[in-house]
Amino acid sequence: MAEQGEIVFRAKGLTKVYRNGALEVHALRGIDFQARRGEFIVILGPSGSGKSTFLNIVGGLDTASSGEAWFEDHQLTASGEAALTRYRRDHVGFVFQFYNLVPSLTARENVQLVTEIARHPMSPDEALALVGLADRASHFPAQLSGGEQQRVAIARAIAKNPEVLLCDEPTGALDSATGIKVLEALTQVNRAVGATTLVITHNAAIRDIADRVIRFADGRIVEETVNAVKKQPSEVSW
Amino acid sequence: MISPLRRKVLRDLVRLWAQVLAIALVLAAGVATLILGNGAYASLFETRARYYDENRFADVFADLTRAPGALLPEVEEIAGVLDAEARIVKLGLLDLPGMVEPGSVLFVSLPEADGGLNRLYLRLGRLPDPQSAREVVVSDGFAAAHGLGPGDSLPVLMGGQRRSLVITGVALSPEYIYALGPGQMMPDPRRFGIVWAPRDSLAAAYDLEGAFSNLVLKLAPGADAERVIEKLDRLTAPYGGRGANGRADQMSHAFLDAELRQLSAMARVLPPIFLLVAAMLVNMTLSRLITLEREQIGLLKAIGYSSRDVALHYIEFVLLIAVCGIAIGFLAGAWLGSGLAQMYARFFTFPYLVFSRDPQLYLVAALVTLAAAVAGALSAVRAVVRLPPAVAMAPPAPLAYRQRLGWLKAVLALPQTGFMVLRHLLRWPIRTASSTLGIAMSVAILVASLWSFGSIDRMIDVTFFRSERHDAQIVFGTPEPMGALHSARTLPGVLVAEPFRQVAVRISHRQLTKTLALMGRPEAPRLSRVLDPDLRPMAMPEAGVILSEALAEALQVRAGDLVEIEVLDGARPRVTLPVSGLSLGYVGLGATMEIGALNRLLDEGAMVSGVSLMLDPAAAPAFYAAAKAAPKTELVSVTSLMLTRFRETLAENITVMITVYVVLAGIIAVGVVYNFSRIALSEQGRELASLRVLGFTTREVAGVLFGELATVVLLAQPLGWAIGYGLSVAMVSAFSTDLYRVPFVIGREVFATASLVVCAAALLSALAIRGRINNLDMIEVLKTRE
Repeated sequence: MAEQGEIVFRAKGLTKVYRNGALEVHALRGIDFQARRGEFIVILGPSGSGKSTFLNIVGGLDTASSGEAWFEDHQLTASGEAALTRYRRDHVGFVFQFYNLVPSLTARENVQLVTEIARHPMSPDEALALVGLADRASHFPAQLSGGEQQRVAIARAIAKNPEVLLCDEPTGALDSATGIKVLEALTQVNRAVGATTLVITHNAAIRDIADRVIRFADGRIVEETVNAVKKQPSEVSW
Repeated sequence: MISPLRRKVLRDLVRLWAQVLAIALVLAAGVATLILGNGAYASLFETRARYYDENRFADVFADLTRAPGALLPEVEEIAGVLDAEARIVKLGLLDLPGMVEPGSVLFVSLPEADGGLNRLYLRLGRLPDPQSAREVVVSDGFAAAHGLGPGDSLPVLMGGQRRSLVITGVALSPEYIYALGPGQMMPDPRRFGIVWAPRDSLAAAYDLEGAFSNLVLKLAPGADAERVIEKLDRLTAPYGGRGANGRADQMSHAFLDAELRQLSAMARVLPPIFLLVAAMLVNMTLSRLITLEREQIGLLKAIGYSSRDVALHYIEFVLLIAVCGIAIGFLAGAWLGSGLAQMYARFFTFPYLVFSRDPQLYLVAALVTLAAAVAGALSAVRAVVRLPPAVAMAPPAPLAYRQRLGWLKAVLALPQTGFMVLRHLLRWPIRTASSTLGIAMSVAILVASLWSFGSIDRMIDVTFFRSERHDAQIVFGTPEPMGALHSARTLPGVLVAEPFRQVAVRISHRQLTKTLALMGRPEAPRLSRVLDPDLRPMAMPEAGVILSEALAEALQVRAGDLVEIEVLDGARPRVTLPVSGLSLGYVGLGATMEIGALNRLLDEGAMVSGVSLMLDPAAAPAFYAAAKAAPKTELVSVTSLMLTRFRETLAENITVMITVYVVLAGIIAVGVVYNFSRIALSEQGRELASLRVLGFTTREVAGVLFGELATVVLLAQPLGWAIGYGLSVAMVSAFSTDLYRVPFVIGREVFATASLVVCAAALLSALAIRGRINNLDMIEVLKTRE
């Protein structure tokens, strides 16, 4: 199924240079990349390898120094601030290592935050049910465990029915058992919504649940593996 | 070598400069108003005291018609009288060639050469030769208004006689610091001046050889003024004594007193407001700083700094803010002080101004300000001291929010961002409340200053357009038979003429007594009317007297009560009359009765003291000339000129005052809103950046923060209106004297304007942080734990 989808992401010669005074840091040194609709891609690589920078550019949070990045017919690298905001709002769901929930809103309200502004959202309760938190909807983030908070974040990310789901170290702050629950939620959502999913991780154990694995090092893609057989999250451990 | 902690204080100050400045400005406003209010009070008080003392300002003042010189020794013998001086004080008319409109001068005989009372301060030239019949000294303001100086001639009408006087000098007197002409509402040096002339020349002009018309007394220290006045009145009664006054009822002194009262009210009310708001701001800002630096505090403690060291570090930070505020406040206070001194110079004529730069005042202002700042810091710092280092180094426990707004959610149908706003405001109730109170204070300051516009309009409307509707008034030197009314009708341009009779009386009720002019008017006056509190014209009662509300209050009488009236002129009859009604009046104390009844009471026949006139405006100059030339005329007053002067003077002062108050209120509003927003942004920056990541636009994200601000600003409005209303009511009663009472008129536009100004200030400070919202770092926020 993964190989048959149309191409939704294209990047060509993507570079990113941070300038700090006289110092130049090359975070990305020419990335060529493609992803198909519904594909589940795991991105591996050590710290500073450029994988977050890549995800941020693809997610419309950052701009590239040169090269092109396209989402469907949107050229992200040519978009301004407003267009990128629009892109994130309409197409992208984000999941982050530190959840980034709004502490003054309950789980359901955190999801509603997104459904209120999305074009074709699912109901907040449906999204929470997808991540197995239907019964925790009225809790504030401070009343939820780390794994639960991360699942709220996933529910929030998918509630808009995004075409793209971008996850930066979604299990980074979680223990193994909780992390697996979060991964299950992600894979389930990937299937249910059909969103192209990019997951950044340090954790090589996660590679087995992906359609494709990309390894970053020193601002370049150094390895690309297609998994012939995907494992279920419950089959991996770390 | 600066210690690292101290270096941190300085760097924090630089880093947080905008917030620091906002707080420092509020503190500065407190310092400035403290210094200005108390300093100006002290300046005015000391200047007056020194001037009075050096120029031997009298303690008791008495007008009479004509008393023989032999009465003076008797007066001097009254127990408690240190010194007495018999003077001639008479009104005359100005006859300057270039001046069309009527003006008057008050002739005052020169104080005795040695030991005299109310001695002159000669600013220019020399005193007149005592033997000269033409030489005079004129008051400073008058000379300046006409460009007159020593050597110039001064054409006047004295008792109907045209005379040309010669000015030998320009002088000031403690008796006329506030020189208000008869019938005027504001000093107008162009149309009223004091002319001091040798006694003999005045005696000759006014037919008072060997006699006098005015007495001034200096009392021995500790003498009972009331008793002296009582005895003096008994002595002067046969000579037309119109009742002596102590200093409290002397016009110039009383106006100065009113100004002093206003200053002391300002000095009591404003500084505490600013210091309170500043303390709240210090508390808010420091609490947030300490929360942000929680881990650093833990680290400092862990490496061996004591709780005291750390607490002092933050106190030092606050003290430095206070020092900035004090420095700005000193400068602003001194600057505003010199501005106020200039305003005094325009209103009050002093030979000098003792500008009080009492170091003690500055010291007190500095200490009070430091104390307010430290008081604001204490509760925030206490939290630091209590934290054990291990706890401090760990991140703070997540904030507990409560799910208690379900019902509100149903009612308001707020978006989730609206709930963020509400819950955040409720999560920090003290901060929300103190910010609301702070902004309310700035609204209140504005309400309490802006209401004066409406009140003055009301005063003008009632006084000049409903009550005193005449275009001009002629006052005769002595009462004239009714024929004078008919002559007045024949003057050029006169359309309607209406007589009035006035006589000095003492009105008493129980032990309360007031001396004033009792007016007699036609039964249903058309020009010079008396209005009831509902602004309906009152008919003059056949028997009985109408008292102004101020007088009724002073005498504690109500309609229907009986008052005793003692006429201080002629045969000095005494009667007891019922109070038939109370009238509205903002200027002075008033008592009115029907002119026929008054004439019967006086038993001098049908007499008039003057006429109120309606004029054809085209013929005004011809009227002025003819009225001035009429031999019986003592005074011509022109309503439009009076009104213009009244408006100009008030407009000038009120513009200055309102500007100052708007700036002060703006400082508070900006200070509170800016700090509140910066703190809210600092606390919620992470959430707001997350919203941006989720696809919220900068406008939507700013809306969350501004929603919080807007809620606080809106909540503050009604509170500010209420506090402002309270302050205004207090000011009205503080400012009301026998000289004038201020009508309390506060329309919706006052509240609206106050709110607009404050909302504009809030908007400006909100815009100042808009840039920070636009630049929220979305990537940074994803990488870090809160």
